[in-house]
Amino acid sequence: MALYSEKVMDHFKNPRNLGSIENADGIGEVGNAKCGDIMKIYLKIDNEIITDVKFETFGCASAIASSSMATELIKGKPVSEALELTNKAVAEALDGLPAHKMHCSVLAEEAINDAIKDYLSKKEKAES
Amino acid sequence: MIYTDNAATTPLSAAAAKAVSDCMMNVYGNPSSLHSIGQKAAEVLFEARQTIAQCLNCQPREIYFTSGGSEADNQAIRSAAHAGKKKGKTHIISTAFEHHAVLHTLERLQKDEGFEVQLLDVDENGLITAQQVADAIREDTCLVTVMFANNEIGSVLPIREIGEVCRAKGVTFHTDAVQAAGHLPIDVQKDNIDMLSLSGHKFHGPKGVGVLFVRKGIVLENLIDGGAQERGKRAGTENIPGIVGMAAALEEACGEMQEVSEQERAIRDRIIEGLSKIPHSMLNGDREKRLPGNVSFCFEGIEGESLLLMLDEKGICASSGSACTSGSLDPSHVLLAIGRIHEIAHGSLRLSLSKYNTMEQAEYIIETVPQVVEYLRSFSPLWKDKINGKKEFILK
Repeated sequence: MALYSEKVMDHFKNPRNLGSIENADGIGEVGNAKCGDIMKIYLKIDNEIITDVKFETFGCASAIASSSMATELIKGKPVSEALELTNKAVAEALDGLPAHKMHCSVLAEEAINDAIKDYLSKKEKAES
Repeated sequence: MIYTDNAATTPLSAAAAKAVSDCMMNVYGNPSSLHSIGQKAAEVLFEARQTIAQCLNCQPREIYFTSGGSEADNQAIRSAAHAGKKKGKTHIISTAFEHHAVLHTLERLQKDEGFEVQLLDVDENGLITAQQVADAIREDTCLVTVMFANNEIGSVLPIREIGEVCRAKGVTFHTDAVQAAGHLPIDVQKDNIDMLSLSGHKFHGPKGVGVLFVRKGIVLENLIDGGAQERGKRAGTENIPGIVGMAAALEEACGEMQEVSEQERAIRDRIIEGLSKIPHSMLNGDREKRLPGNVSFCFEGIEGESLLLMLDEKGICASSGSACTSGSLDPSHVLLAIGRIHEIAHGSLRLSLSKYNTMEQAEYIIETVPQVVEYLRSFSPLWKDKINGKKEFILK
């Protein structure tokens, strides 16, 4: 059996939503260089709906694929729904990840949470 | 596909494949049987032993066949350690960047049996000096084990000089020559080697078979008990086709060594020259004291596993010492031992050549690798932070 599912390889080779967003409404960044993976998520939000999302990732194939899949899963969704995205959902959507790569899906969940948190705190500041 | 992962394993040569297949078809006897069919196998086995002994410049009776390099390392180290312990000597010297077959055996001896293992620091080029070994040897040192050449970064160690130091001080010297055998000249007499491990599949022989050379007079301890094969030191019916194939491969490799290593060196140097142009990259291992087929680089801002898989997509098979390819959280202990920090070690790439690689492939590699590195950097937040001056570059 191959290390990665076809879906992982597809998202690694043809990553969706790759890049950055200028004047993003929320930016999240998790991970560190020492561990070998960093994920950065950019969100564009209109009326509490995620209208656009982009990512940049330093990391292995499953980190890139997890970022790509996570952005797919939240694009067009309400912020409240995106906040509920779990790493399990990301891994399942990729038809599974090897046990020692599950942390990549955790990073994806955390990066999205981090970006939404950034959006919410900016919004709070703007409102106050 | 371009195969440049020959330090992991090599394709079987036609001569080795023929030897294996002829042997499988025609020599099915058990060398321990007294009848003529068994004795035919015993003869073939002896010829293989002789061939390998000639390649290493030792006696056939000093050659023990094993299942590969790891078994040979285990048996050599345990034997020397336990022989030492009987005389009250429990200090072992090795290096920080040995293969895990050596390091994990040493760790176990330290943990379970109270041996004191001293791992010498390697310098930033992946070398140690004979002086370091001389300085480390004590009254109670029972074994020095230092690899002939490093599997990841290709540095070639001063084995003859280290052997000389050990010989002068009366300490048993073992070398893991898995990466060197068939690629570099080895003469166990001139090189002052007491024990040496090699593995058949690293020089176009079959997998699952290796050799432990043990100088006459050194007591070997069994890892596998049973029948009287291998002078009673390694039980189990001999893997005759594997052994015969390995002997054919080693004979061929030693015969064409000069020609092949010149060709490999030229291709290696071309690739090193080409990849050195990638900004913020660094060659790993010594530039001169280097295996003829080894290219090892670190590229800042990217991760090795994604680099490997992208290269695979482009038809290049290579390897990396990143954590993601090592199956652990840490990147390669070899890269850490030569002072690469984690972040840099994650971005490593090893291309290991063989006689089947061509200059044309080298040109494709030096055209493709920079493109893939650039692509991965284009969406690496780490790289972006460096370009934007938010983080410092580590490699110039």
